[in-house]
Amino acid sequence: MALLVLRRLMAAIPVLFIVALIVFSVLRLAPGDPAALVAGDNASPEQVAVIRQSMGLDRPVLEQFARWLGKAVQGDLGESLISSQPVSTLVADRLGPSLSLAICTIVLSVAVAIPLGVVAAWKQGRPLDRALMAGSVLGFSVPVFIIGYVLIFVFARTLHWLPVQGYQPLSEGIGAFAKRLLMPTVALSFPYIALIARIVRTSVMEVMGEDFIRTARAKGAPERVVLLRHALGNAAVPIVTVIGMSVAMLIGGVVVTESVFNIPGLGRLVLESVQGRDFTVIQALILLFSVVYVFLNLAIDVLYVIVDPRIRY
Amino acid sequence: MSTMSVSTPPDAAVPDAAAPAVGPSPLALALRAWPVRIALAVLCLVVLMAILAPFVGTTNPTRIDPAFRLKPPSAAHWLGTDGFGRDVYSRLVYGARISLIVGTGVVLLAVSVGLVVGVLAGYFRVVDAIVMRVMDGMMAIPGILLAIALVALTGAQVTTILVAIAIPEVPRVVRLVRSVVLGIRGEAFVEAAQTLGTRVLPMIGRHLLPSTLAPLLVLGTYIFASAIMTEAVLSFLGAGLPPQTPTWGNLMADGRAYFMLQPGIVLYPGLLVSMLVLSVNVLGDALRDGLDPRMAKRI
Repeated sequence: MALLVLRRLMAAIPVLFIVALIVFSVLRLAPGDPAALVAGDNASPEQVAVIRQSMGLDRPVLEQFARWLGKAVQGDLGESLISSQPVSTLVADRLGPSLSLAICTIVLSVAVAIPLGVVAAWKQGRPLDRALMAGSVLGFSVPVFIIGYVLIFVFARTLHWLPVQGYQPLSEGIGAFAKRLLMPTVALSFPYIALIARIVRTSVMEVMGEDFIRTARAKGAPERVVLLRHALGNAAVPIVTVIGMSVAMLIGGVVVTESVFNIPGLGRLVLESVQGRDFTVIQALILLFSVVYVFLNLAIDVLYVIVDPRIRY
Repeated sequence: MSTMSVSTPPDAAVPDAAAPAVGPSPLALALRAWPVRIALAVLCLVVLMAILAPFVGTTNPTRIDPAFRLKPPSAAHWLGTDGFGRDVYSRLVYGARISLIVGTGVVLLAVSVGLVVGVLAGYFRVVDAIVMRVMDGMMAIPGILLAIALVALTGAQVTTILVAIAIPEVPRVVRLVRSVVLGIRGEAFVEAAQTLGTRVLPMIGRHLLPSTLAPLLVLGTYIFASAIMTEAVLSFLGAGLPPQTPTWGNLMADGRAYFMLQPGIVLYPGLLVSMLVLSVNVLGDALRDGLDPRMAKRI
């Protein structure tokens, strides 16, 4: 097991390197001079030159990349060009809301999607199944922010049950926290529920055709046990895959949802830094998200081995 | 596309598998289902909207009229006006153009690049090793973030947005094409062609490419839907085309501030985006099931 994790880690390193390379070069495409941006409109050429030197932009590109990467690995992601705050501080401040949203979304999605998918597989071909599958195509075709606005329209504007937007940290009371996070979570969960439910249905259906299911039924096991213990357990691999994929896709979804519901999280930070041309922060954030994604995939690979002992790498 | 065996024993009571299939092909059958018909109708409607935009009762979609801000629907403005006094209905209709242009452009771009890279990766081991690492790296970066960053850096024109949205889609195409090529590389006809000394280009063009067409068509449909959605998201986040340009995302971005007053400005384009993306996804599913049900595992 430890060997497996180590091997996976080793395989991840070239990917991480390439990610860093892509992120770095994409941002070097920027027309315009970041040193001039920082210096401001009224700076003299000498001042701009001094700033350029302090930012390390006068060195050859490869050296810039090496330095940036070296610092990043140690946790120093640079400083915001706008506020001069260390990026790590910015990230730490905004992490809470985004993480809460992400975790709540995953929990909700998995909790709803797995039963839905199992029921759909059980009642395969019947109206309930068809309805669920139609609903699932709908779920990932309607963009998240539209679902968000519809929810706001119904629950905040018309019924006045929930506040329109904003975020309250958990420390300030669970009631307010839940009320504010409810709509964003539900809105963001839709595509993932749709996706996961579909895959659950397909894999459970496939497993239901296997011989051991027939044996279990022949042995007199109640259908519930057959479904839950035998079918679901063996269908776990694709389900874990898609849950992992969803977690990775969440990153993009969080950006949009935070924008709609005005949640001060990492997604909003991305937008603000893009609008402000703060490319140190943009660079650091994209790198951060990608690294998280790579490690997530690693965790999923390890999870596979736990879930299905037949898998050996 | 189904492989039918011709070697049934002549005395068998089983139906003669060598007889030609009668009736409509699986594709035709798949396309007759009523959800697919509705989807096709919606798609045609949007295409017509885009083409006939100047002729369906629209006024200049960028004309600002501060005196008439945020008016509800009326005879002059069928869906009301937005925060700048612009006619919502006109902007909605013209918005279809951008969505379709971006969708088609992204698909063409992503598929052409992905096809070339994928075939080469599938056929040449050396290329494969490098390419797949790069693709893994690209797939690790969240597509939206990459698109936002690219657009922010290179400016907000249709071409840069096309490229920015297409780039994150390329790895999907490469993976698919590569898996198809890897799958048929061991087949007898490829080996025969190699033995006959077929050069690389004809090999690719005549033997490898045809197997990729059906999966590519299906994937292309999904990418079309995804591109439309991404463009809407980008515009909504302010990272897409300039705000005066009538796109559905821009409409929603403008309408956000007035959502409580005039929810229509956000909801109508939202409805259209959803319907279009939904229809294209339904079409993609139908194509996939109709062309080769085995594709459902891969796409």
